[in-house]
Amino acid sequence: MSSNLDALYRQVIMDHYKKPRNRGLLEDGSHTINMNNPTCGDRIQLTFKVEDGIVKDVRFEGEGCSISMSSASMMTQAIKGKSVDEAIKLSKIFSDMIQGKEYNDDVDLGDIEALQGVSKFPARIKCATLAWKAMEKGLKEEEQQ
Amino acid sequence: MNVHDIRRQFPILDQEVNGKPLVYLDSSATSQKPIQVIETVEKYYKEINSNVHRGVHTLGTRATDAYEGAREKVRKFINAKSTQEVIFTRGTTTSINTVAASYAAENLTAGDEIVITYMEHHSNIIPWQQVAKRTGAVLKYIPLQEDGTIALEDVQATVTANTRVVSVMQVSNVLGVINPVKEIAKIAHENGAIMVVDGAQSAPHMSIDVQDLDCDFLAFSGHKMCAPTGIGVLYGKKHLLENMEPIEFGGEMIDFVHLQESTWKELPWKFEAGTPIIAGAIGLGAAIDFLNEIGLDNIAQHEHKLAAYALDKMSSVPGMTIYGPLDAAKRAGLVTFNLDDVHPHDVATVLDAEGIAVRAGHHCAQPLMKWLKASATARASFYLYNTEDDIDKLVEGLVKTKEYFSDVF
Repeated sequence: MSSNLDALYRQVIMDHYKKPRNRGLLEDGSHTINMNNPTCGDRIQLTFKVEDGIVKDVRFEGEGCSISMSSASMMTQAIKGKSVDEAIKLSKIFSDMIQGKEYNDDVDLGDIEALQGVSKFPARIKCATLAWKAMEKGLKEEEQQ
Repeated sequence: MNVHDIRRQFPILDQEVNGKPLVYLDSSATSQKPIQVIETVEKYYKEINSNVHRGVHTLGTRATDAYEGAREKVRKFINAKSTQEVIFTRGTTTSINTVAASYAAENLTAGDEIVITYMEHHSNIIPWQQVAKRTGAVLKYIPLQEDGTIALEDVQATVTANTRVVSVMQVSNVLGVINPVKEIAKIAHENGAIMVVDGAQSAPHMSIDVQDLDCDFLAFSGHKMCAPTGIGVLYGKKHLLENMEPIEFGGEMIDFVHLQESTWKELPWKFEAGTPIIAGAIGLGAAIDFLNEIGLDNIAQHEHKLAAYALDKMSSVPGMTIYGPLDAAKRAGLVTFNLDDVHPHDVATVLDAEGIAVRAGHHCAQPLMKWLKASATARASFYLYNTEDDIDKLVEGLVKTKEYFSDVF
């Protein structure tokens, strides 16, 4: 198989797909958001527990391909314990990275960096961004409440 | 029918994608276009481009003759009684929406029923949902058999004296099944309902005779049958179309315009407001000539053979789930499937790296996906230019996909 494919399906991505982190729902969540990708049927549900502007906990449920589900798993891992502002900032960095744009690399992206290969597969960018868009929308809604 | 000669007439097929020869297995989404159609559209723009039905000048007459000539080709293609029954639209979606918004929304009242099936494409569901909301009519679904086919007993049981509209796809874009629309039309008529046939997946692949089917309306798209995008057809029985109001108003469709009211042109033009899709219609005419030359029956037979071959070969891949009947005789040329736990998007991405184009997703049929208990599926669809070699490459690609994902897991 091509090296391009290997750049897409990195080991760490498959690991998150197979063993998703923070999968499930939060009983004591402060906010829930559902989002789907109408063109392909992928869907995600996020529940957050935000206290004093800090994402104390987050879980996801959903259905989708390896890219969308691993991205969701990595996203939850990345924002847990971060402030709402930091999480939203991370979402912007992620969005730039996934579209192949220059991105702010001062922040340590950890596992998320493995998704960089998606930028070479334009048809799959939306798979990777679903969870992040849901997170951004959910946290912004939470802030307004 | 010589597939290799046919392939040479489709310039797009002669290319590499991701370093591999293109294997195009997504004709149910849109077909490729033969050189005859491409050149006809080019010739129209280079030599006769003009608006139709208004110019006194020579080009205007030539454009009008070519546009109306295409309508006659469509009439013959579906054996309509008159060109007055052939309306050019943007595609199947617009055609069905026209029937829903013009015929159904005006004629249905609370308590009336609209009957469709669980396998319909969204374009044959949502227009009826909207009619139901507007009129208080009830939208009912004919259930499916275990193998995805429709049993006439279920049609009998669902269609009642209150049913005013029955609308069914002739060929399923997911299950590949060919529905008995002629028999369903008979049941609809016995109950006083009209019969609408969604021919998006059938018109490209088999000969259709609207008089034999006795359907009241037939909708189909040009782009799935070798014609350009943006052109489609609504066939309707003249006595019904005559009593329907247009849903779009403006130029081209009027008889007289007064200050407070206007009158409409005769059929079919009252349904063609604005400058029509002239190049598209002429391209559709060229596509019909092309298909007729090969013969719709030959095309259907070729696709049946490919479907049988694909069902056989694909079934041998471990972990393969195939949706719809496994009996090739009940099918048109497409196979929808899932491969173990590998998500169809991932299947499609790996196949794409091998130059193989398949569709992945819900195929605009979410109620059917629910019935299949699948959130998404992958689909390989065939047309006159596909070969057994294409299917062999697909099967090789699927085996590789499976290996690839079992390695990374």
